[in-house]
Amino acid sequence: MSGAGVPALRDPPWVRHVLVGGMLLFLAAFLGLPLVLVFREAFAGGWATYVAALTEPDARAAIRLTLTVAAIAVPLNVVFGLAAGWALTRFRFRGKSLLVTLIDLPFSVSPVVAGLMLLLLFGNQGWFQPLVQALDLKIVFAVPGIVLATLFVTFPFVARELIAFMEEQSVDPEEAAFTLGAGGWRTFWHVTLPTIRWSLLYGVLLCNARAMGEFGAVSVVSGHIRGLTNTLPLHVEILYNEYDFSAAFATASLLAVLGLVTLAAKAWIEHGHGQARRS
Amino acid sequence: MNAIVASIGTAAPRAGKRRRHLHPGFGLTFGITTAYLGLVVLLPIAAVLLEVLGMSAREAWALATSERALAAYRLSFGLALAAAAINLVFGVLTAWVIVRYPFPGRRLVDAMIDLPFALPTAVAGIALATLYAGNGWLGAPLAAIGIEVAFKPLGILTALVFVGLPFVVRTVQPVLQELDPVLEEAAATLGAGRWLSVRLVVVRQLMPSALAGFTLAFSRAIGEYGSVIFIAGNIPYVSEIAPLLIVVRLEQYDYAGATVLAVAMLLISFLMLLLINLAQRWNHRRGRGG
Repeated sequence: MSGAGVPALRDPPWVRHVLVGGMLLFLAAFLGLPLVLVFREAFAGGWATYVAALTEPDARAAIRLTLTVAAIAVPLNVVFGLAAGWALTRFRFRGKSLLVTLIDLPFSVSPVVAGLMLLLLFGNQGWFQPLVQALDLKIVFAVPGIVLATLFVTFPFVARELIAFMEEQSVDPEEAAFTLGAGGWRTFWHVTLPTIRWSLLYGVLLCNARAMGEFGAVSVVSGHIRGLTNTLPLHVEILYNEYDFSAAFATASLLAVLGLVTLAAKAWIEHGHGQARRS
Repeated sequence: MNAIVASIGTAAPRAGKRRRHLHPGFGLTFGITTAYLGLVVLLPIAAVLLEVLGMSAREAWALATSERALAAYRLSFGLALAAAAINLVFGVLTAWVIVRYPFPGRRLVDAMIDLPFALPTAVAGIALATLYAGNGWLGAPLAAIGIEVAFKPLGILTALVFVGLPFVVRTVQPVLQELDPVLEEAAATLGAGRWLSVRLVVVRQLMPSALAGFTLAFSRAIGEYGSVIFIAGNIPYVSEIAPLLIVVRLEQYDYAGATVLAVAMLLISFLMLLLINLAQRWNHRRGRGG
């Protein structure tokens, strides 16, 4: 925090108090209280109810599915992110800025629309329906559809992070390695990867949080089959709509813990590893 | 998401040229990038666009401009705009306070700003719905003074403010950190009062980034679904947002209706992207000029 400047500190105390107080009130109403409420409601029925809600078969299936989807989506995004980072920051070519814009595209598409797109491709009257049928696959209203929807919405996270970081990086160490005769892979593993690892981890954290928490896109393609195609967020919705609030919030608290761990890890990377918030 | 936020901040033009000819692997990495982009993002987008092109124009127009659809756009865009405006004001305030005023728990507050990026939207949705319900912690006192939040458009606004909260803070904060307090000091020395010097120096410098954050929050709010549907009430013509109307159409197996709505929303989102890029360019020019 570099800017704790002299003029600001000379602002009259009442101004400072009003501004700090106003901000804290705003954040309490929109961030603090909802978070506290999740845990309060989760444990409102007692510890036994909480454990029961998380260990019943449908909840366990939802946890398994959410972990599976993230375990597929995150590594794919890592491979793509590394490739995009290398291609877009180590070479010049025409259409580069267009490519960067396209990588951001999923951020401006409503998750619901993302789900709809997959229905149009793989649904009953979809483009690829003949192929899907011929191969006897099930994509929408099944796990592959959920994975595809998750891939769409998490697409930019790792790549954007790496592109922004690698763009600022000096390429001299890599060039030195090439000059000394190291090949591309060796240089990547021993020179590039160690320097981008925190940035990569940062992208992975955000990507993972979104992959595990995605609701809209997954909801459209899931079919909501309990025990089969319900991820944790969808399970939360079902329980909530059945007025089973303590179970809904118990499940939600798992996701809230995921969010808090993500935030803590983010802060740790930002403050502890020179990975300051890039500007 | 921080990435776009960061890239919009104050990406300074890099000094020096790079010799890239030594780097191998362009074919492989470029191939992976474009193939993956094509399959995961562009193919689905093409599907939805071509689906609309396959319809008769009149039919598509009729579906896109039905009374219910128009009400949904009005609600979505109006509330997204209002939420982004609230986030603009409180985002600049929050960034200012976090950067300039030391107060206990500043690091914790700073870390918590990103909660809406990390907390799944469904969790936020049920938490906000419970919090602002008539018998909720905040809903009850508000109801006592005659303000109903949950299951009203005001509830939707609340959810949209939540999801858009980090954007303005995170675009403004790095600019404010880089901003030399000496400038304010200088303005003050030249006879400007504190409020005037803040307005002259700070507000002008922060405008582009605040605007970029505003656009991001707006664009996010338009498409938001998960955090809204629990608190919205979802009454057609009154509290039914555009993404929800798409889901409603899908549940009626009205794929044509859903697709037309989706494309209408996509077009507007592309417009948003364009605006973001313009704001970014403006930011750059100002950065270089000043």
